[in-house]
Amino acid sequence: MITLAIGLSIVLLLVILFLLFRIGTLASIFRGSTQRAVGTTKTSNKVNSFLMLLFLIGGGAAFAWSFADAWDDMNQPLASVHGGWTDSLFWTTMIVIGIVFVITQILLFWYSYKYQHKDEKRAYYYPHNNKLEIVWTMIPAVVMAILVFAGWKTWANITSAAPADAVVVEVMGKQFSWLVRYPGADGKLGEANVHLIDATNEIGVDFSDPNAMDDFMPREIHVPKGKPVLFKIRSRDVIHSVFLPHFRVKMDAVPGMPTKFWFVPTKTTAEMRTETGNSEFNYEMACTEICGRGHFAMRFILVVDEPEEYEEWLASQTPFIEQNPQLLTKFTNDSKDQVVLEKSAEEVKTEL
Amino acid sequence: MSSTDISLNKDVHHAHDEHDHHHDQNFFEKYIFSQDHKVIAKQFLFAGIFWGFIGGFLSIIFRLQLGWPEATFTFLEPILGNWIVNGKLDPEFYLALVTMHGTIMVFFVLTAGLSGTFSNFLIPLQIGARDMASGFMNMLSFWVFFLASVVMFTSLFIETGPAGGGWTVYPPLSALPQAISGSGLGMTLWLISMALFIVSQLLGGVNYITTVINLRTKGMSMTKLPLTIWSFFLTAILGLLSFPVLLSAALLLIFDRSFGTSFFLSDIYIAGEALANTGGSAILFQHLFWFLGHPEVYIVILPTFGIVSEVIATNSRKPIFGYRAMIGSMLGISLLSFVVWAHHMFVTGMNPFLGSVFMFLTLIIAVPSAVKVFNWLATLWRGNIRFTTAMMYAVAFVSLFISGGLTGIILGNSALDIQLHDTYFVIAHFHLVMGAAAFFGMFCGIYHWFPKMFGRMMDEKLGFIHFWLTFLSAYLVFMPMHYIGIAGFPRRYYSWTGFDAFNTFTDLNSFISIAAILGFTAQLIFLFNFIYSIFKGRRATANPWHSNTLEWTTPVNPGHGNWPGEIPTVYRWPYDYSKPGAPEDYIPQNVPFSQTQSSNLPYERDLE
Repeated sequence: MITLAIGLSIVLLLVILFLLFRIGTLASIFRGSTQRAVGTTKTSNKVNSFLMLLFLIGGGAAFAWSFADAWDDMNQPLASVHGGWTDSLFWTTMIVIGIVFVITQILLFWYSYKYQHKDEKRAYYYPHNNKLEIVWTMIPAVVMAILVFAGWKTWANITSAAPADAVVVEVMGKQFSWLVRYPGADGKLGEANVHLIDATNEIGVDFSDPNAMDDFMPREIHVPKGKPVLFKIRSRDVIHSVFLPHFRVKMDAVPGMPTKFWFVPTKTTAEMRTETGNSEFNYEMACTEICGRGHFAMRFILVVDEPEEYEEWLASQTPFIEQNPQLLTKFTNDSKDQVVLEKSAEEVKTEL
Repeated sequence: MSSTDISLNKDVHHAHDEHDHHHDQNFFEKYIFSQDHKVIAKQFLFAGIFWGFIGGFLSIIFRLQLGWPEATFTFLEPILGNWIVNGKLDPEFYLALVTMHGTIMVFFVLTAGLSGTFSNFLIPLQIGARDMASGFMNMLSFWVFFLASVVMFTSLFIETGPAGGGWTVYPPLSALPQAISGSGLGMTLWLISMALFIVSQLLGGVNYITTVINLRTKGMSMTKLPLTIWSFFLTAILGLLSFPVLLSAALLLIFDRSFGTSFFLSDIYIAGEALANTGGSAILFQHLFWFLGHPEVYIVILPTFGIVSEVIATNSRKPIFGYRAMIGSMLGISLLSFVVWAHHMFVTGMNPFLGSVFMFLTLIIAVPSAVKVFNWLATLWRGNIRFTTAMMYAVAFVSLFISGGLTGIILGNSALDIQLHDTYFVIAHFHLVMGAAAFFGMFCGIYHWFPKMFGRMMDEKLGFIHFWLTFLSAYLVFMPMHYIGIAGFPRRYYSWTGFDAFNTFTDLNSFISIAAILGFTAQLIFLFNFIYSIFKGRRATANPWHSNTLEWTTPVNPGHGNWPGEIPTVYRWPYDYSKPGAPEDYIPQNVPFSQTQSSNLPYERDLE
């Protein structure tokens, strides 16, 4: 019954709208506006050009207000050194393009209003002006050159090789969570291989490699404040992307192609909790490359500690293989199989 | 027997060239398998509008989810069936929606619908040709596109759902049905459809280029071509050079999916087993994809550059400012569009040095784009502007192009792209600059050339209402997305509520969704106006906008062959508006200088 009522009222509304449209058409025929060239009738020209001006002013005001209103929410708290560089370059560029935006939009809508059709007027025949063309080619070229140089410098700094003393963390994306591995006391990550992955050994660490023996896999990432941190990023199924919004870090995790990103955290989680006034605050890692059903839910916590807290945390971790000793026994057999496998693979290669 | 056949063909050809006898075509020849460029253009237009509504509708469904993530949408169950469980959208279906929205809008509406309509319709009419160089290939181009459309449309209704790996279909996600259900049959259909689509584009593109080069009427030199033709010409060249690369990427992906090759796959463990694939590169696909993908952006936007330039000049009653600079900047943009693809890949782990090179090349594009904007502004300056609906769309196009284009300067900077890559800032940027702007260019073209297509006028009042609602909602949807993007909200998220960092802006997201629904509803006004005006619109005159280009010298309803008599000869450029000394404020291209002594410039006095 209600559906019927809604349906009927929609039909009625459409009929009314159609009648209004027909009446409008007939009225314009009586007024004789159909006799004039389109776009030269006084009222519609006046109304539309006025609306253009109104759009400029009203739209500009709405934009300014909403921008200011959203300001606090749009600026994610910053917690890395290079994030400071990119943030300032971002807002500098925003100011440059903001100026161009304001000038060009004002001219566009102002001209539309000011030069609306008038019967007695004639447009100014002005096909070209080479001097003007050169000027407004050169100005953007120079501005772009400056922005390119600033970008180059920042980009080169960010992508430079990580310092040798950087804390190494391996991050592996999978559908739909992150796996994290630390190299342990020896500072070296053990070899890993996709063919060694099983339900327990999710990264596929090769435990016949001595470097792997002290590797540990925590449930949260911990990094020390003020020290360089190097993320070694991999994926084991589809492409994912490591995104740490507060650190301005993003790098894809690509199966078959390890990637990396290094940064220096500047604020501990505790400091950030005081700064934001949010006692629940946590640094979060998200995925930003579409990876399937759970793409939106790949949340992982990252904790920034004071260096001494970090050392304590480090000391409290037990190597993965100690937690799962059964892997090792299974592994020695596996690795033998693996050797056999590799040999047969080589034989195939030589045949080819 | 064969000799009689040959002579028969000759005879038909003769009659066709001379157009001295009219042979009746049956319904199929005339409207379905027509070789007339005008009918083919309309076929592309109808198909484009159909796809536009499908693509828009899909976006409304996912905007409902984003605007009200906690709500239940039981009322959608009748149309979505199993894709909605207890009023909750299936997350994989959400991904399929965004994938199909992107694919449909970029390829089926803004490439086929736009170029297919206006290149087909305007190239022969504006250069003074009877038809395309090959009417048969042109017909084939539409029908292959139609086939591609059928395949793509079918994929919307299969049980495993349409492709769901994003419109960029990056492998391994798109290669492995274990990874997402859309990568099963849906992805196979996607690839078949796109392969057909590319064939259609190439058939069309070869035709456009050949026609522009060979079939220009007497006097129509390249520097007397309307800017529309220049833009269609360059678009066709871009498509011809870049679409084959997408075809190769699609073929390699088909091999990886169906024949066990490893072009893009390596070191993968999925669904409980390690795959045998090794040595492939997932990044290789991205390079191939974006080698098309970036020129594709310009394939979408260049035709609208031409359309808007033409409409702004006509309705400002002024010559387009800097005609040669406009051509030069389009050439520059076309050239550069081939060497900037990797700016989509700054954070894929590509060598950072490559990042620096592509940043530099990308930011150069700002220069010719700025020149175009300045020239449009200079064209408006001291004009005598007639606000037809097409003109409103042209002005709004410039506004949207500025708003969306400027943020490209930020995203093209690799250092800034780190934070903004794959966030709503990117969504806002490209929807303004190549989504909304290209749609506005397309509307501009439809309103402007409707009288020539159907012999009737569209209703201007409805046009204004349609325009203002669309313009308003375009900004209301995409401007706030910048804020969400600066905050780092990732794209293709079913919901952001799981993250503390992204649980703000819930009101703003609802607002955007409401604005999107408003914008979509406004398109129904257009649909009504379009269909109603085809049958009941006010009858058009031959040249309702007092325009200079050749298509307005044809009869109100140009027949097969376009001009009943001889094809007009061209004497002047298409932008002699408001020339001092001329009695009218326009002088069509086919008026010789000998007839306009009063308005000739010094160097024009001795010209024919």
